[in-house]
Amino acid sequence: MTDKYDVAVIGGGPAGLAAAIAAERAGARVLLIEREARLGGILKQCVHDGFGLVRFGEKLAGPEYAERFLTQLRGTGVEVTPQTFVDEISPLKGPRADRVPPPTGFQLKLVSAKGMRNVRAKSVILATGCRERTARQVAIHGTRPAGIFTAGSAQYYTNILGQLPAKRCVILGSGDIGLIMARRLTLEGARVLGVYEAKPIPSGLPRNIAQCLHDFDIPLHLSKTVTRVFGHARLEAVEISDVDGVMRPIPGTQERVACDALILSVGLIPENELAEALGVALHPVTKGPVCDQNGMTSVPGVFSCGNAAHVNDLVDYVSESGETAGRAAAHYAMNNSQFTMNHYASLSVDDSFLYAMPQRIHLREPVDEITVFFRSREERGKTRFTARLGNEMILNKNYRQLRPPEMERLTVPLEGAELKPGDVIALEMEEMA
Amino acid sequence: MKELICISCPAGCRLEAEALENGEIRVSGNSCKRGLDFAMAEMTRPMRSLCSTVRTAFGDFPMLPVRTDREIPKSAIPEAMKLISGIVVEERIACGDVVSSLAPICEGNLIATSSGLISF
Repeated sequence: MTDKYDVAVIGGGPAGLAAAIAAERAGARVLLIEREARLGGILKQCVHDGFGLVRFGEKLAGPEYAERFLTQLRGTGVEVTPQTFVDEISPLKGPRADRVPPPTGFQLKLVSAKGMRNVRAKSVILATGCRERTARQVAIHGTRPAGIFTAGSAQYYTNILGQLPAKRCVILGSGDIGLIMARRLTLEGARVLGVYEAKPIPSGLPRNIAQCLHDFDIPLHLSKTVTRVFGHARLEAVEISDVDGVMRPIPGTQERVACDALILSVGLIPENELAEALGVALHPVTKGPVCDQNGMTSVPGVFSCGNAAHVNDLVDYVSESGETAGRAAAHYAMNNSQFTMNHYASLSVDDSFLYAMPQRIHLREPVDEITVFFRSREERGKTRFTARLGNEMILNKNYRQLRPPEMERLTVPLEGAELKPGDVIALEMEEMA
Repeated sequence: MKELICISCPAGCRLEAEALENGEIRVSGNSCKRGLDFAMAEMTRPMRSLCSTVRTAFGDFPMLPVRTDREIPKSAIPEAMKLISGIVVEERIACGDVVSSLAPICEGNLIATSSGLISF
């Protein structure tokens, strides 16, 4: 038996929850697929506060932020299937399968404790979040003892299982989760010897440096990295080395630090295995799908949102992108016969940007404005941001400072710009005196 | 002169606060009122919200996330953590419910930040 839905949402974290609610409110029949037993995604273990300041004007703890959406979800007709894994996803093969867009949608093979189930959906939202980089991805040499964790795993042990994973630890990487875990482990009685960052500037938000490290006298060591681990059954020590300007360890600078755990906070990568299976084009910098302003990928009917699309700094923006994708996926499911692939304008960025989202703008329906997220490639002082179409200035905005860890959000007005397919909106940055 | 990073929001403004001889505190670098309030508090009585987890009696949800329902003095955090580590929740309470009073350590309550004990 095959069940038919308008929209299948894959992933029940903040992006998927917002997407499922928005798609259902737009009139779609929605299936929300979650791998774990409980909805909420990574928010379940983010017990610290600071979530929801943009959206709710409050500083909520992670589970509390999720709860706001779970309450909304319970009031909808969204069908939730927890503890369910998407084993396969493919475009439906039908008499018109050679046509673009696929006229009838997608087939998903789902596996759960209840067995296997095939479902069909006219559109699919990939809300699969991101994954942490591991020790093997940052070239740490030595043995393979217990005691090496990603910050997210250490957070899971501490906050979900109530098991402290370290007594005396070193944290590599100054990403926000690492900083949050430095504070969390200290509060629970572990000793955090220091946070080591290979780059000359910290990756995490300044406020987390202040409230997670300074408040607890935890030292932050810049331009230093872990080059080797020691120990057999359990980690006994790590070797720390200074690094040069291109982050290569400098011979002769090694020092040995005794510890029972090494916690890694060395970056997040969007999870896009399912997107790849569908042939979705990925962006080389974001590592997520190339998206239009509605979160639609290069494959018609496949949408991406949240950290699966690009790693966001605030969950509030993750929810916003989920809602955008949810509404658009519902609209697509109900109107896909009118969809055309060749109606795109694009956004280009100069070298001063790390990236901007979205990368293109679908024009079939009038576009009054688009929401653009961007990150600067480097730390910058006073900067003028401009968006232009040919010689025409669409928007300029001044920033006091720009830092790569912080994502900027702005609305670019396009009413009256009369965008045509093939047009390019150029985003530029200029240092100001 | 004390250099501070404001923790009120993700902007993380860099502040400078100075206690003048007449007892006033001069603050610069803030872009809103919250930054001013934060710097004033840092110079007199630093306040923080505290988030943690408490044990529960339920195997399906062994750790309940909690936070203080207001900011508490930074100096009270070690005592508050001692209180938190001794708590075992034996009722299925909801998000927002009071887990414990913080008396006599400081004013305020510890509240649950998840409904994991009552729903999936």
